[in-house]
Amino acid sequence: MTAEAQGLRRGMPLADARAICPRLVTHPADLQREAAGLMALRRFTLRYAPLVAKDGSDGLIADISGVPHLFGGEEALRDDLHARFARAGITIDTAIAGSRGAAFALARHGGGIIPGGALQRGIATLPVAGLRIGHEIAEGLTRLGLTRIGDLACQPRASLARRFGPGLMMRLDQALGERSEPVAAEPEAPHFGVRMTLPEPIGLQADVMASLLRLLKQLGRKLARHEMGARRLRLELMRVDRATIRIEIGLARPMRDPFRIAALFTRKLEEVDAGFGIEAMRLHAHVTENLPPEQIGNTPDQEDALADLFSRLGNRLGFQHVQRLLPADSDIPERSFTLSAAAYSRAEIRPPRYGPLRPLIIFPPEPVTAVSGHPPVRFRWRRRGYTTLRATGPERIAPEWWFDDPAWRSGIRDYWRIETRQGPRLWLFHTPQAPAWAMQGEFA
Amino acid sequence: MLHDPFHLAPARMHEAEGQGRHAFALFQAVRHDGPLIWITPARALHSPMLPGLPEGVGERLHLIRPENETDLLWSTEEALRSQPVGLVIAEPEIPMSLTVARRLQLAAEAGQTPGLMLIREGAGSNATETRWHCDPVAGGADSTLHRWSLKKNKKGTFGEWILHWHGETAAFDLVSKTGKRSPPATSTR
Repeated sequence: MTAEAQGLRRGMPLADARAICPRLVTHPADLQREAAGLMALRRFTLRYAPLVAKDGSDGLIADISGVPHLFGGEEALRDDLHARFARAGITIDTAIAGSRGAAFALARHGGGIIPGGALQRGIATLPVAGLRIGHEIAEGLTRLGLTRIGDLACQPRASLARRFGPGLMMRLDQALGERSEPVAAEPEAPHFGVRMTLPEPIGLQADVMASLLRLLKQLGRKLARHEMGARRLRLELMRVDRATIRIEIGLARPMRDPFRIAALFTRKLEEVDAGFGIEAMRLHAHVTENLPPEQIGNTPDQEDALADLFSRLGNRLGFQHVQRLLPADSDIPERSFTLSAAAYSRAEIRPPRYGPLRPLIIFPPEPVTAVSGHPPVRFRWRRRGYTTLRATGPERIAPEWWFDDPAWRSGIRDYWRIETRQGPRLWLFHTPQAPAWAMQGEFA
Repeated sequence: MLHDPFHLAPARMHEAEGQGRHAFALFQAVRHDGPLIWITPARALHSPMLPGLPEGVGERLHLIRPENETDLLWSTEEALRSQPVGLVIAEPEIPMSLTVARRLQLAAEAGQTPGLMLIREGAGSNATETRWHCDPVAGGADSTLHRWSLKKNKKGTFGEWILHWHGETAAFDLVSKTGKRSPPATSTR
């Protein structure tokens, strides 16, 4: 508000804004969360009107035709709205007018109520920027001396349309109520939850599974209609003694097949204490992902079977313990690949290898003792003595200075491939900046 | 036709011990199609290194890191029961009892999946089909030799082979002992 009073406006380059107002404090906009917040407010506003829609990125428009008398008039409705938002700590500007355009203009320039029939008079004093026209057109009009909507309304239409395009006249007509503009309420986001109330409390595991399967089939149909698949599911079992048991499972890939999902619930349901019986169940897929229909053949899908295995493993061990190796772009041995959860990544083909050999097995550096010679001729590792048959190297790897990795504080490393007389082919390194030898891998 | 001595019987449990057991496991991994499951305890420090793995193994390999021994055996059984898995490699920390090993054997039969347990020396179980002792062997400048000996075999003869396997593809060369032909690895089937 204060910033806009100083001449800042939306869509302005940051450098310009800083030039006008040097004390400006900026934060990056989180558009997704803002939109989600606005949608939450939209749901709340549905208590005032059946048709509420998002209006731009920062407004809501409600069609309150036939509603105000339920609240005791427009005045009372607006007061009620302000009071409820104020209680939630939200400051709002509102306006009630006979046309959508007029309400838009008034809400952004003062707010208030325009009584029926006084539309033209009510918005005559508002600035032209309130007409939902672009910034350029608004500035053009101001340059012509037409700063108020009232000034604009009494101008000849043909010349204005020629100069600023038909959009301006359309917005003006919409504001004056001469052209209709309905409020198109957007559809509610689908809610993937189903519930079941039982006539008699149940306690047997088979009964619970049968009810769960019915819920899952219902949910599966709902998911299929929206081409979605569940990724995480929460089952709530309401007991007769008012206790609620919550069971949550995850899936290794989006899925809506009731039988395969039910199999994952089996193990967790075994542990449930049904007490005096369960009288109601709720199933909610709170994390969903797109799952478009697929062509399926007669043979069982290998990927599905593997995903089922990962779901079973993940639900018991935790999905972070089911991992996959992914290539990474680094020369540091520990960071030349990453371990990521198999359920949330796809397999990647390793890029072709070049340069010196790499070991099959890697472990954190282990100290090598009783080293003689450089490269070592004789050394001890894991309480066994080794003598060198052949040494290949060194391969110098420098630490990545942009990461502060405690393991690499000892500076650069010279890696050697040491073939021992005893058999093992080992990967040793020497740190010249802090002289010591360590073991980090085993070759084939 | 030359019999392949390193073929692991499908739907059976096998064991490998010795210092070269990880190399043996990866050698078998290249030779099996389909997804590979490698189960190690979560506190084990070592892991396969992707840039060093044989061709075609890295993208098929999945690591499972259970927190305790019960979970490890349970995951091994689940993986063995799963049809599409090509090979299950597991590293149990304590010697398996006969019951456990037999249970895994039944799981392997149910899923038609071979399983390979990497065990400490002498921690083998009686229920297993074959047991291999694997050691790397020092050799010439252009060879990476391994000595793999079959110490236990329920359906066949024992044997010891020295072979050259460089750890990049499935290709290997058997090294004959001087003055001798390689042992007659005849199949009893």
